[in-house]
Amino acid sequence: MNLRMKNYLKALLVILFGCFFVWLLWYLVRDSNIAILQPKGAVALEERNIILIATGLMLGIVIPVFALTAIIAWRYRATNDTAKYLPNWEHSATEEFIWWAVPCVVIVILASIAWKSSRELDPFRPLPGNNEVIEVVALDWKWLFIYPKENIATINYVEIPAGVPIEFRVTSDAPMNSFWIPQLGGQIYAMSGMVTQVHLIADEPGTYAGSSANISGKGFAGMRFAAKAVTPDEFARWASSTEAMPDILDGAAYTELLRPSTYDAVRYYGHVQSGLFSKIFSQYDATMQMSMDD
Amino acid sequence: MIDMSLIFGKLTLDAIPHDPVALGGVIFMLIMGALTVCALTYFKLWKWLWDEYLTSLDPKKIGVMYIAVAVVMLLRGLVDASMIRLQQAISVGNDPGYLAPEHFQQIFSAHGTIMIFFVAMPIMFGLINLVMPLQIGARDVAFPFLNSVSFYLFVAGAALVNLSLVLGEFSTAGWLSYPPLSELQFSPGVGVDYWIWALQIGGFGSLFSGINFIATIIKMRAPGMTLMRMPIFTWTVLTSMILVVFAFPILTATLAMLAADRTLGMHFFTTDFGGNVMMYVNLIWAWGHPEVYILVLPGFGVFSEIVPVFSQKRLFGYTSMVLATCAITFFSFIVWVHHFFTMGAGAAVNAFFGIMTMIIAIPTGVKIFNWLFTMFRGRVVFSSMMHWFLGFVASFTLGGMSGVLLSIPAADFELHNSLFLVAHFHNMIISGVLFGYFAGIAYWFPKIFGFKLNETWGIRAFWCWIIGFFVAFIPLYILGIMGATRRLDHYDPSLGWQPLFIVAGVGVCILILGAMCQVIQIYVSIRDRKENIAGPDPWNGRTLEWSVPSPAPFYNFARIPTVFGRDAYWNMKQAAGIKLEAPARTLRDAALFERSEFAGARNVLAGAQPYEDIELPKNTPFGLYLGAASFLFGFGVIWHMYWLVPLALVIGIGLVIARTFDEDTEEHFGAAEIERLDKAYI
Repeated sequence: MNLRMKNYLKALLVILFGCFFVWLLWYLVRDSNIAILQPKGAVALEERNIILIATGLMLGIVIPVFALTAIIAWRYRATNDTAKYLPNWEHSATEEFIWWAVPCVVIVILASIAWKSSRELDPFRPLPGNNEVIEVVALDWKWLFIYPKENIATINYVEIPAGVPIEFRVTSDAPMNSFWIPQLGGQIYAMSGMVTQVHLIADEPGTYAGSSANISGKGFAGMRFAAKAVTPDEFARWASSTEAMPDILDGAAYTELLRPSTYDAVRYYGHVQSGLFSKIFSQYDATMQMSMDD
Repeated sequence: MIDMSLIFGKLTLDAIPHDPVALGGVIFMLIMGALTVCALTYFKLWKWLWDEYLTSLDPKKIGVMYIAVAVVMLLRGLVDASMIRLQQAISVGNDPGYLAPEHFQQIFSAHGTIMIFFVAMPIMFGLINLVMPLQIGARDVAFPFLNSVSFYLFVAGAALVNLSLVLGEFSTAGWLSYPPLSELQFSPGVGVDYWIWALQIGGFGSLFSGINFIATIIKMRAPGMTLMRMPIFTWTVLTSMILVVFAFPILTATLAMLAADRTLGMHFFTTDFGGNVMMYVNLIWAWGHPEVYILVLPGFGVFSEIVPVFSQKRLFGYTSMVLATCAITFFSFIVWVHHFFTMGAGAAVNAFFGIMTMIIAIPTGVKIFNWLFTMFRGRVVFSSMMHWFLGFVASFTLGGMSGVLLSIPAADFELHNSLFLVAHFHNMIISGVLFGYFAGIAYWFPKIFGFKLNETWGIRAFWCWIIGFFVAFIPLYILGIMGATRRLDHYDPSLGWQPLFIVAGVGVCILILGAMCQVIQIYVSIRDRKENIAGPDPWNGRTLEWSVPSPAPFYNFARIPTVFGRDAYWNMKQAAGIKLEAPARTLRDAALFERSEFAGARNVLAGAQPYEDIELPKNTPFGLYLGAASFLFGFGVIWHMYWLVPLALVIGIGLVIARTFDEDTEEHFGAAEIERLDKAYI
């Protein structure tokens, strides 16, 4: 077999392998939930669209680059005596201007998308409509959700009314975590002594996976929770049935929760000591600590 | 009864690992160490090793040692990678996998730390040591002794990381150890201390190297080599070292504050008493982002040398290349916030840093176009080095795309800390840094050792690395989009992630196969070195390093050349009459030029200059001693051995003072001797 045939064969092999690999990946995920591509809320939908638009724009440069690379490498191979050879050609103002300018144009478009979307999708920015507030505390290694209006709390489970904007106020009483429900939208860090916010909305009822996206120690992998979106009526019913739960989240119960534990089961508290959330994040206020120290 | 903690600090017998996996690692490491010692003794190589390498101040020797240590660490990093992949492939549902969470977390923390600090950095410093003085027509670096100190500080750091396997534990807080997790409250063991002191000691070495190489490039270029005539590799070294000098002090200060929190009970980054974790996150990335450009710029530099040589054509757009390099250097310092858009900064701050990040894609894209147009109307010889380059273009472009995507804050909220991010940075570092360095090692190997690396095994290694890369990391991109976060030691089967994790595991096996090919490549190349002997100019090169014999003599240049333009050696060869109309068709052709034209070209280069006396630094073991003292210092702090810390400090300072009294540090070579040695090569 001559060299040329061998090269064709090699190229064919690479292409076949590539096709097989793509098919394999498709086959493996065909029934799974591709969370970010299957958004269930307005915020996640916007974010997905930005991902798709930006990818499309960049493919406009990347695909030609791939094609150019393959064509140039093949055409100007050393054994091809018919191709033009200009060993001292090293500069062309026009051509260099083109490849400074074209990426600049794409980046200007992307930058305007980034600028606009950073404002519109700022996690701190309230969504239009009446918010339901849920306070979130990252603990070792579980999530505590407090519903200030209903005065109930849950562990590793959050139920929300669909179609209603939710304001999650997030803090931590443990190492830094990141609060993330991919199908509803982006994440925000949970840090002790600080309250961050993320505003999300679920457009339709369903159960969406949530997790911590930032390493926080031994039990970090178990910090998963289900976010269940239900109709507002069902949510009201759920809230009142939870209010009937016997457990009470007071100082003693919270101290108990602070003890590190892994893979905690879902729990419900029918009543929450008032002001617990602000106590949790303000305990790290240095000025207060100093005065307590005195 | 004596209180043993006075002597041993926190160190007790419990520090020796008990679980079988870790113990296996310890035993393997001890056996390999013992085998090495036995082999050196059996073949009576200790004296050779001591005289030729360990005490040498020749940058070429130091460069070889950097790369040798880095290769050992690379193999360890790959083992860590495969252990991570195995755990994630099997630890689903009721199966807890074969690693406890703490052990798993130690492994990924070690993997990241090792790959960046003890593989990528030392290969880079190794390549710079090997090549940069030769490229600028210098006989040495500006501060030869400091160079040796840098190397041994790096070795001390690497030794601490490896020691954590045998005694105690490594950090479980990830490769950047965010507080408060890395604070005493949540990580009471010695793991984070190992991490801090390994990086602190190694980091000082990097800073010294940065200063050293900047001074070398600024002050020691051959006559006629203006900045705009420097080879692009040297340019990228200059910019990268400027980044080192600006960025590493930030790392040093940050680590010092974290160490003060942990050891002295301070509150820089604790949750309470006014500590602020966000300050740490900002500081560590103000170093961390420039760090990735520190690594990748010399990788770009390598490609800028290789593409013209194997396309047999001048580099296209030299000025553009320099401008692009400088632009990347500048912008790399104003993008660090993109590592934590999700920490809650305002929209304007996030948008600013996002846009600055995107802007870096422009000069990087320009570089790729310039390389492609260097090939355009050239005559491309597909050596293994060109394979690495083309593989780099194929994967780096993809990684650049995912990077720009991550730079849009609104998209980053969904992709941050997911496996998409992990896939992205491996994408950049494997193709930009590793592929670049692999190509550089193959390219300059003959200049250092006098024979070429085996091409067949090099190309096999390439195919394993590129296929392994796609098989290992494309699934991670998809997993990230499916919502899989990084660093999970366990997950639920209902998520449907397991098949992709298994595919990724297969990918890592292919990558390890690639590394094995490289080990075989080195073995085969040494075995067949007689057939692969390289002359001074085996690739038909363009820059000054190819004008000296291979292996390069200890004095580099018998006569310092005068430079009249870019591609200095290429110009000289043209003047000596090499026919450009007949470019090489194969690597073998390229090598044919070297013998016949070498003498003529070199004479043109050196002009009518007479031979002159040369002074070169003498060997000294003080660098090694200083490294050992730093190691003991780190060990003492980690284990709270309060007698060892001041002792090591006193020894270290004493060594520095003793060295200053040594006035006989230079060795003199007469012009006649240099002339005799030089003529002997022809």
